[in-house]
Amino acid sequence: MQVTEYKPLIVAFCCNWCSYAGADLAGNNRLSYPADVKIIRVPCSCRVNPMFILRAFQRGADGVILCGCHPGDCHYTTGNYYTRRRMALLFSMLDYLGIERERTRVEWVSAAEGAKFAATMNDFVKTVAALGENKRLEDIRCKK
Amino acid sequence: MQRIGVFVCHCGTNIAGTVDVAAVAEALGHEPGVVVSRDYQYMCSQAGQNMIAEEIKNNRLTGIVVCSCSPRMHEATFRKTAASAGINPYMVEIANIREQCSWVHKDMAVGTEKAIILARAAVAKVNLNAPLTPGETPVTKRALVIGGGIAGIQTALDIADAGFPVDIVEQKPTIGGKMAQLDKTFPTLDCAACILTPKMVDVAQNDKIRIFSYSEVTGVKGFVGNFDVTIKRKARYVKEDICTGCGLCTEKCPQKKIPNEFNLGMDNRHAIYIPFAQAVPKVATIDPEHCMMLKTGKCGVCSKVCGAGAIDYKAKDEYVEEKYGAIVVATGFNPISMDKFDEFAYSQSKDVVTSLELERLMNAAGPTGGTLLRPSDGEHPHTIVFVQCVGSRCTACADKGKEYCSKICCMYTAKHAMLIRDKYPDTEVYVFYIDVRTPGKNFDEFYRRAVEEYGVHYIKGMVGKVTPEGGKLKVQGSDLIYGKQLHIDADMVVLAAAIEPDKSARHLATMLTASMDTNDFFTEAHPKLRPVESPTAGVFLSGTCQGPKDIPETVSQAGAAASKVIGLLCKDKLTGNPCVAHPDELMCNGCSTCANVCPYGAITYIDKEFRMPDRTTKTRRVASVNEAVCQGCGACTVACMSGAMDLRGFSNKQIMAEVDAICK
Repeated sequence: MQVTEYKPLIVAFCCNWCSYAGADLAGNNRLSYPADVKIIRVPCSCRVNPMFILRAFQRGADGVILCGCHPGDCHYTTGNYYTRRRMALLFSMLDYLGIERERTRVEWVSAAEGAKFAATMNDFVKTVAALGENKRLEDIRCKK
Repeated sequence: MQRIGVFVCHCGTNIAGTVDVAAVAEALGHEPGVVVSRDYQYMCSQAGQNMIAEEIKNNRLTGIVVCSCSPRMHEATFRKTAASAGINPYMVEIANIREQCSWVHKDMAVGTEKAIILARAAVAKVNLNAPLTPGETPVTKRALVIGGGIAGIQTALDIADAGFPVDIVEQKPTIGGKMAQLDKTFPTLDCAACILTPKMVDVAQNDKIRIFSYSEVTGVKGFVGNFDVTIKRKARYVKEDICTGCGLCTEKCPQKKIPNEFNLGMDNRHAIYIPFAQAVPKVATIDPEHCMMLKTGKCGVCSKVCGAGAIDYKAKDEYVEEKYGAIVVATGFNPISMDKFDEFAYSQSKDVVTSLELERLMNAAGPTGGTLLRPSDGEHPHTIVFVQCVGSRCTACADKGKEYCSKICCMYTAKHAMLIRDKYPDTEVYVFYIDVRTPGKNFDEFYRRAVEEYGVHYIKGMVGKVTPEGGKLKVQGSDLIYGKQLHIDADMVVLAAAIEPDKSARHLATMLTASMDTNDFFTEAHPKLRPVESPTAGVFLSGTCQGPKDIPETVSQAGAAASKVIGLLCKDKLTGNPCVAHPDELMCNGCSTCANVCPYGAITYIDKEFRMPDRTTKTRRVASVNEAVCQGCGACTVACMSGAMDLRGFSNKQIMAEVDAICK
């Protein structure tokens, strides 16, 4: 019997100024990470409505990672502080819903940290893969 | 319904090597709204752009998706293409299948699958795009140069020459940088001070240039054309405008056993000091760590001897806020610490010196007055061994040194060897090298002169160990050409230490949101075609902050950076970002939450009349966004409780569509 390796589906939201550039730098330096990670570009991490994260889980994502500039370095001065507080609230809501804490992550990756970006993604994919499929929030009506 | 064209770029083999581009184009052809889907070798080339423009016209496309490199690279290119073909430039979306797909994945099947998903997300997004028109912002016609070495000096002079005001921020008490510490410069052997100090004076006398010496940049806000920068002017306890630079205080100060940084600690200075005779600005500075008056309140000698009354013990750090249109980074380099290279006995013997220390030992203004003497006993050295690549090209020992070539060491070592043999013909000079690299005009001729005319012994091989023994340094090295071990009793050993970017650079890069590589060198917008621009608009690079360089290269890069800055400052207006927030007035209930989170104060409230279903009019308070001030971060869109606020170009629906497409 052939065992196919479980491939998690990961949605990454990256802010345009730091983390998206960090992801580009990882590419420039050919630092590989699993193809399970699909990046969505947003102007700032504070553009990410918690609704987007819930939507991703609902549509079958196994993990969602939100990357922004380091606190204090936001291109828009204060955006990532909002992100940090909003995500703290979202985390407690996800706890309440019974979604494993490890499926959602907030990371600060600067434009200079290509290596950190790749390492973070490798680690996150490994963590989510160990948890297995996200069944709790997935809406079966969204499945084709 | 949109009529979408998908264009998949091969990027030579950069993308096509790991992504089956034809399969991507084929798969995307079946997506809803896609009318045409094609692949091409180089989409950004003229032929590729022409192809896109023609497809737009032939198929009456309303939006396009380009699957190529990062939008940070070519989004602007393809927007222009779209505009030239008559559609709104904001109807273009880029699927990043190079940096975030083909370059980070190795398997063809995996890469292709991911590329299809990324392209599908872009198609889903462009389906919801709307034409946008950007506003315009004015340009602050003033430039900031961070770093006052030869790179910063040349950049500032060139910008000022074009008539724009420039400020130089330098962390040391004087401008001049590393070049001020050098003795002679290769390959012409003219003295560094003789060619640098006139430029320093030019800077001081230029009424377009302001020097903020002993200062640091502590905050950067804003964007290209409109940066708001906070500069910290560290308290120097001497009033800069009153001090005449006579130097009397620096002679009378009783605290005189402080290692002199300018001579790399090889002699001493006083607690109040002027770094060197030609310093600009020529103003004394009190070192608060060593000044007795500042530490204990007892002394005050400098204040008593100062005829001008320039001493101010109560001075505090000051913060200056200034607006700039462009910022040039010229933070320079430092030799790496020799702590981890103790096989060369740097910490055990004073006679083991770095090349920069040797520069000071040979300089007429240095600790020995220009006579080459051993630092330990002041004797004339008869045998000198140079060790090349100490910490450079260190692939096996990346934790100790650097993997890159420091580029300047081969040439300055040839210069040192030549100068020593010229001045002291009785001194034998040995150079241990891995390779001698002399690319540059008149560089190889220079090196050959050192070997052929001056009889410097070049030995291919590395030094394994240096042991101080009986006043001598026992150097053990290998000669790879003759295949034998060498033992040399040397009087001095000179280490060509690798160079690294200044420690302040990383913090600065973070403030500027400019990219850096793994070695902390600033990344250029394009390694070949945009070598003096950082990927962050309005931030430019000059000198060794971008990579190791010699003086001629630094000066030419400084000029190039200046010309880019001038090109920017010449413009009266920059087109802004049309991706701004806008409220749905019918849904807005005027709660003020969005105005409270906006970092720019772009949101105000207006009273607006609405026609009600019963034909009456009702006045309600609703949010209104100032599009020239809004930067498009989107904080308000999430804060809005009624979901009235949305961001153009990154709307809720668009991002949701991307999420859905990825999770399909």
